[in-house]
Amino acid sequence: MDNSQLLPLLIAVPLGGAFIIPLAGRLREKAAEAIALLVGVALLVLAAAALAGPASVYRMGKWPPPFGIVIVGDSLSCLMLILIAVLSLCIIIYALGYMKRFTARPKFYSLLMLMIAGMNGVVLTGDIFNLYVFLEIAAISSYALVAFGTEDQELEAAFKYLVLSGVASSFILLGIALLYSKTGTLNMAHLAKLISAAPADRVVQFVMALFIAGFGLKAAMVPFHAWLPDAHPSAPAPISAMLSGLLIKALGVYAIIRIFNGIFSVSGTLSTILIVMGLLSMVIGVLLAVGQWDLKRLLAYHSISQMGYVVLGIGLGTPLGLAGAIFHMVNHGVFKSLLFLCSGAVERSTGTRNLKELGGLCHRMPVTCTTCSIASLSISGVPPFNGFWSKLLIIIAAVQAASTMGNVAYVIAGITIFVSFMTLVSFVKVQKYVIFGKLPEKLAAVKEAPVRMCISLVVLAVLCVGLGVFSHAALRKLVLPARDAALDKAAYVERVLPEWGSQAVTLGEQ
Amino acid sequence: MSGMTLIVKTIARLVVGFIIVFGCCVVLHGHLSPGGGFAGGAMLACGFVLVLLAYGRTETRRIISENRAATWDSLGAFAFLSIALVGYFSGAFFRNFLPLGRQFQLISSGTVMWSNVAIGIKVGACLFAAYLVLAGFRTAEDM
Amino acid sequence: MVLYVLTMVIFLAGLYAAMAKKNIMKTVIGMLIMDYAVNLMLVLIGYRRDGLPPIMTSANEPASAFVDPLPQALIVTSIVIGLAMTALMAALCVRLYQRYGTFDTLHMRKLKG
Repeated sequence: MDNSQLLPLLIAVPLGGAFIIPLAGRLREKAAEAIALLVGVALLVLAAAALAGPASVYRMGKWPPPFGIVIVGDSLSCLMLILIAVLSLCIIIYALGYMKRFTARPKFYSLLMLMIAGMNGVVLTGDIFNLYVFLEIAAISSYALVAFGTEDQELEAAFKYLVLSGVASSFILLGIALLYSKTGTLNMAHLAKLISAAPADRVVQFVMALFIAGFGLKAAMVPFHAWLPDAHPSAPAPISAMLSGLLIKALGVYAIIRIFNGIFSVSGTLSTILIVMGLLSMVIGVLLAVGQWDLKRLLAYHSISQMGYVVLGIGLGTPLGLAGAIFHMVNHGVFKSLLFLCSGAVERSTGTRNLKELGGLCHRMPVTCTTCSIASLSISGVPPFNGFWSKLLIIIAAVQAASTMGNVAYVIAGITIFVSFMTLVSFVKVQKYVIFGKLPEKLAAVKEAPVRMCISLVVLAVLCVGLGVFSHAALRKLVLPARDAALDKAAYVERVLPEWGSQAVTLGEQ
Repeated sequence: MSGMTLIVKTIARLVVGFIIVFGCCVVLHGHLSPGGGFAGGAMLACGFVLVLLAYGRTETRRIISENRAATWDSLGAFAFLSIALVGYFSGAFFRNFLPLGRQFQLISSGTVMWSNVAIGIKVGACLFAAYLVLAGFRTAEDM
Repeated sequence: MVLYVLTMVIFLAGLYAAMAKKNIMKTVIGMLIMDYAVNLMLVLIGYRRDGLPPIMTSANEPASAFVDPLPQALIVTSIVIGLAMTALMAALCVRLYQRYGTFDTLHMRKLKG
């Protein structure tokens, strides 16, 4: 069984789990949680096996492309798969402890499995309409999960998120329809060949604008960020971690990388637009975050800001910028999930999210506070944690772009350093009000979070430290192959359509 | 929510059989004529919804409750996935592993017909369950 | 050509209704209209002049001029996705009406900042 046989299992196993969990949960309450845990572990094993093997292509039903759908497991996809698998397992273990106070738990786990299946599908597929279908599966599950507690705030936030995200999906579908009418194919490798051979006319530019609007909203870029500060805080804590740590990356940023590097090419006007969107997101996100007094809302605004870093790295168009963007995507997944899980533990023990009512928790909740401090140092970019290395790569890429862009590049690098400093300021504020300081009398009886929640917190904190200390090895083994897979259009086309040859593909129109 | 008048109940009882049979026909002929799993399943769900509208919620819950509809929903979805997985273990995922008969016959084209049946069951059950649950909400004044 | 422009007009009308209306039921209907417009665009893309419906019967050879069958499969998938989203929106509307007693978003202002 070579590597390519594993790829469909990565979609089929969570789908099977999602269909069985409601049945099993009706028989025995614990069976649903056991199946969810089993699926999480199985996904981790499969993703590690896919990462260890060579890049492979699987044809569904043995239909040859472009008639059939292919799923492609190259280095970028395998990196996203392992990120999804590790974070999903940690969040499932956390949810076993956190969701005790909710009813209808089998439905929660079923929706969670559907969301994971959708994200795996987005990351693996090589067909652009299939990407839309899996994106919708993951997105619709996430709308239902945001509204899971059915309090007033959660319903309102879920409705706003649904409307804005639904409009973005319509834009994406319209773009796919126009692209199909121009080229006659839906396979991404075939599209790469046809688009790079033809000059960019008005239809292609309109399609690119539609995709930027649609995927930019999924990735929470600044003109389209209005849903995130309401949706992420209102969801239950494991779902906030899942949304902020995985969904905006797998659905938004991964699709931007795959489509804009694989089918179109990042240069000229497109590069400028991405850089401007990235800078706006960074600055506006962090300025709005500093003034927040609600812990989860502050973390949500920081998600917007950090995604701005990633889009800036993609927009710079240089290989170093893209490597920094991919590494920052992985790092942000790890430390932002950790921060949201810590905030969930704090809220569960103390009953409040308001920074003015918290304080001095380091004595009563040592594990939560230590891991929260590690994550805060990572996101602020303090060496030797992992955030420092990825931000450094993006800043160096911005400075290096001065040769093509002139002095604007130094301004970009300066803004990046300023935003990093403001991130540090806001997390010093979090530390001061939550962890250190005096414990108020109302909170004198708080206890540490239960063991199952602490396991996930500790594992993610160890990952933060590990990715930071061993960043050189992580870069060499994981990030640089992913970056090469994203940029190398000819190899992608060769792998998917071998009998057509790759001599007709030019590497973009630089 | 109580049912409607005797005339509506009698007509519904007569018509529902035809609707269900027509829905099954559309599902089974999915590989020969337009329709297939989703369209046929929607018709099946409409048949059940007609019973719900004519007889009221308590009567219909006695015949098919929400739990039963949700169970059939999960079973239909799992049947579809297992057809794909059997294909996986004998070649490729979603491969057509049953013999393809002669063209334009009812039993032809292998797994396509069974996939249509599974999808028809799933869609019928889930649309009816969603309608049953949505019809069960009390408004703000009744709470 | 006129048909494409009219489809875009329907899309923009749906977009206006979804974004600018205060009543959440009108927002739901706006999103439905947007979905219909995109499906209609897919139908128009598949059209071939003097094409037959793409159904093979025993009287029909495969080489006849069919309209493009692939957009029709895309439309069925898109309709199902739109159905799932509409069902979820309807459930959210019912729950919001239970909590607030109104469909007007000006009265649902618990989230701010």
